[in-house]
Formats: sequence, C-alpha cells, structure tokens
Amino acid sequence: MFKSKEKRNKHINFYFKQNMFAYLLLLPSFIFLALFTFYPTIKSIQLSFYSGPLTRLEFSGLDQYVNVMNDEIVRQVLLNNIIFTLVTVPTSILLAMYLAIWLNKKLRGSALLRTSFFYPTVIPLIAIANIWLFIYTPQYGLLDQFLSTFGADDTNLLGHPNTALAATIVMMIWKDTGFYMIFFLAGLQNLPRDVYEAALIEGAKPFQTFRHITFPLLMPTTLFVMIVAITNSFKNVDHLYIMTKGGPDNASNLLLYYIYQVAFTNWDLGKAAVLTVILIAILLTITAFNYFYSDRKIHY
Amino acid sequence: MNRFINYTTIIIFGLVFVMPLVWVFVTSISPANEVIRGGNPFWTWNPTFENYVDAWEAAPFLRYYFNTLVIVFGILGVQLITITLAAYAFARFEFPGKNVLFILFLLQLMIQPEILLFPNYQVMSELGLVDTKLAVMLPFWASAFGVFLLRQTFKQVPYELDEASKMDGSKWCQTLRHVYIPAAKPTYIAFSLVSISTHWSNFMWPLIITDSVENRPLTVGIALFAQSYETGAQWGMVSAGTVMVILPLLIAFFIFQKQFVSSFMHSGIK
Repeated sequence: MFKSKEKRNKHINFYFKQNMFAYLLLLPSFIFLALFTFYPTIKSIQLSFYSGPLTRLEFSGLDQYVNVMNDEIVRQVLLNNIIFTLVTVPTSILLAMYLAIWLNKKLRGSALLRTSFFYPTVIPLIAIANIWLFIYTPQYGLLDQFLSTFGADDTNLLGHPNTALAATIVMMIWKDTGFYMIFFLAGLQNLPRDVYEAALIEGAKPFQTFRHITFPLLMPTTLFVMIVAITNSFKNVDHLYIMTKGGPDNASNLLLYYIYQVAFTNWDLGKAAVLTVILIAILLTITAFNYFYSDRKIHY
Repeated sequence: MNRFINYTTIIIFGLVFVMPLVWVFVTSISPANEVIRGGNPFWTWNPTFENYVDAWEAAPFLRYYFNTLVIVFGILGVQLITITLAAYAFARFEFPGKNVLFILFLLQLMIQPEILLFPNYQVMSELGLVDTKLAVMLPFWASAFGVFLLRQTFKQVPYELDEASKMDGSKWCQTLRHVYIPAAKPTYIAFSLVSISTHWSNFMWPLIITDSVENRPLTVGIALFAQSYETGAQWGMVSAGTVMVILPLLIAFFIFQKQFVSSFMHSGIK
C-alpha cells in the first residue's frame, strides 16, 4: 500500500517533470509570440474603442468604427484592396498553373525559362518598385519607348487615377507568378502517372485532360497557393512608397499602406487601431474560411 | 501545332519577364546623357562604372550592407534555436494544452508581424527600443512557419533512434544534436534560405522602426536614396543603387538555384 503510493507519486512526478520540460521548450518562442503578436493584437482591439490624443484617451465605444466605415477614403482604400486581390490572385495563379504545366516537361530550355519566371521572387519588392517606376515613367520609360515605335507614347499610368492601380497590379503579377509556379511544379510532380496513361489510351484531348484530371488533382495546391496569394495581397505594400504614395487621390492605395499613413503621417492612433483590427479580421476570416469550408470541397 | 503555340507564348512571356532585369543592368552601366536621349534601352556602346561610383559615394551603402547582414543573420540565428526547441516539443511530447498552444502558434501564420506595423511600433516605444537593430529583429524571433516545417520533419524521425540515444545516456540536447538536427538538415536549409531572402527584402517595418544610418537596412536605404533622385538625369545612379541591393540575392540565387527552388517548394508542402 505504502509502496504503491510512492510509486504513483513517482509516476506523477515523472509526468509533471515531462510537462514542465515541454513548456520550457516552447517558452522562448512563446515569449516572442506573446510580445509581438498577441499583445499588439489585443492592444489594437482595445485602442480601437478609444479616441483622442495618446495622453488623453477617452472611451468612445464603437464611434470610431462608425466614423471609419463612413470615411470615403477608407471605403475607397478597401475597395482598391479588394480589386487588387481579386485581380492579382486569380491571374497570377492561372498564369502560374499554365507555365508549370508546360515547363514541367523535360525540354531543352525549360530550366532557363523556369529561372526567368522565378527570379523576381528573390528580389525585394522595394527594388522592383524602383525598376517599374522607371518602366512607367512618361516619355523616357521603357513602356513609352516601346509604345513610341507604334507612334503612341507619353502615357502616364502611375499619374492617372484610372490607371495607377492597374499599373501596380501588373507589376505584382510579374513579381509573384514565378513564386506560385514553383508550388504547382511541386504539385505536378506528385500526381499519379497511370491516370494520364489511361487518359491517353482513352484518347482524351489535352484540354480535356487538364479540365478533368490535372485541374482537380491540383486543387489542394491551388487552395494553398490561394491563401498565400491572398495574404500577400494584403501584406505586400512596399511598392506604394516608391511608386505612388497611394495616389493620385488614393487611387492606388492599399489598406496596410493607408494604416501606415494614418498612423505615422496623421498620427491618428484610434483610426489606425480600427483599421488594423479590420485587417486582422479580414485575414482571420480568409483562413477560417479555408479551414472550415474549403477543406470539405476538395474532390479527388 | 498546339505545342508550338504554347511554347511560343511561354517564350514571349519569359522575355517579358527578363526584360526589366536586363534593362536595369544596362541602365546602370550607361552614361547619364545616353539614358535621357533614349537610344537602344537594351544596349550601350559606352559602358561605364561611373554610376556605381557615384551611387556608392552618395549614400552609405557599406553601412547599409552591414546593417542588413546583422539583421538578417541576427533573425536567423535566434529563429533556428527557438524553432528547434518548439518543434521538438510539438513533435515528441504530450502535455496538457498542447492543442491550444498549437493553435496559438498557428495564429502567427495569419497575423504576421508585417501586418502589425502600427501596434508593434507602440510596443517598441514602450520597450524603449525605437531606432535599434534589435527592434527590427525582435518580432521575427519566433517563427510559427519554421516550427511547423521542422515539426513535420522531426515527426518522421523513428522513435527507436530517439530511445536508443537516451539508452546510451545522452541528455536531451545531445539527442537533439545527434539524432534530430542531422535528420532535418534539408529542412534547416530550406527554412534558412526562405528566412534570409524574406528578411533581406523586408521594408515597411524597418522603415518605420529605424531612423538613422546606423540602423537602417539596405532596402530602406535604397528607397530614401531613390527618392532624393527622382529626376530622369539620375536614373543611371538609382539603377546602380538598385543593382547593388539585388545583386547579392541574385548571385546567391544563381549559385544555390536548385536549393532555392526546392526550398520554396518544400516550404509549401504542408
């Protein structure tokens, strides 16, 4: 009796020690997560209910949310970001898929082509913005030099509200397509070969093979790339600093860059907090959607 | 025929993709007057390094390089330790609250530090760390991405190896060093390449949190440099500066191309 109790204590002691050890292993990561992910998130939510200058903050409930949602510029920036996402994500994904399917075959030159699509991935977005700013420069830029051979020149894509967003979208597709292509190349290599042989014997046309075999089988990869791409479209705004500063008239502005302007140019902390909370909510919704809904919709 | 059309399309796309890079190189070695006159944008008969010399003298690039190297390897060094420990815990231990902790870690994949520009600035000013290299690095010292990547690899290490090592009287850190870390070498390489290229490129966060030459990384340096010379006459110089920023990455990319590509692939397979 006495002995077994001692044994049990030893047992509990062992588990207690093991648990503590596991927690200790997680502690370093957890400290940094707590300080720079959880705490700032909670702080933003809290600050979003307060308004006024930092030293005299007053509780204002949902007032700031109402103000922000009625703000014309906020609406425009949100709309811009939605357009930016809805165009860049499908375009670069489809293009990446197309390139991957054709460059997956072992042909002379395909390695070189893969490189030429992938290299923009390793270049900082800010450097890419420098290059594309020059491309889009009126008269002297590469685009206008090219167009002048057809007699038309003097475009000012970044200077016009109607074209500024589109110009940054083209640049972003150029930057990201190669990155997504890599995931599709990886996905294609894991596809079962016998299905394709069967399709060939059945006499399926290339497009039929794509529609009924390749596309459905690539679905898990596509979903993964889609989440990465959507997150990127909210996260990567460096180019605006160089190319347009969000202008003209906020025509090319995106949510995160606007937060930067509101927080560090206008020093409107409450508004910046509300916008940060909105951004976090958007990103969480997208991931939650992927997790709870899309996972069930993958068909093999 | 079908093949022909598709390959032609892809080759044209490929040329369009390479053009900006070729152009920026040519511009960076073209004399200033040639750029404005608008000759052949992809060729120059009078190559010169003048632009590089001018750019090098106009901004403290050496200092910026140094800062970027300190930041990039400062982040990677600590990340490798934190992700190894956390991945080991998640892969090989059962403890109360494991699932909750796992989800908390997952959150960082969605709410990445890059998104929290504004609140993290406040945290840094509470800590009194504004305008330090430490502040640039700190938010990235935990990497949920790295933990998940490594946990997958650690899980594939056979239990028997772990047990055998413990039977030999190895301490846990020796087991890690002799069993787990060698088995996960490709994962470490993949993670390191992704981490280095990500943080070399990072811009918005260092832009906000640094405010001096001593702490500014290359990306912020080149942006400020480009802004002070926006007129066409200085294109050659700005292009030279841009090339200086991207060249180390491109060289590394061409040398380690296979590893780079497979690293990025690897990082996507969940």
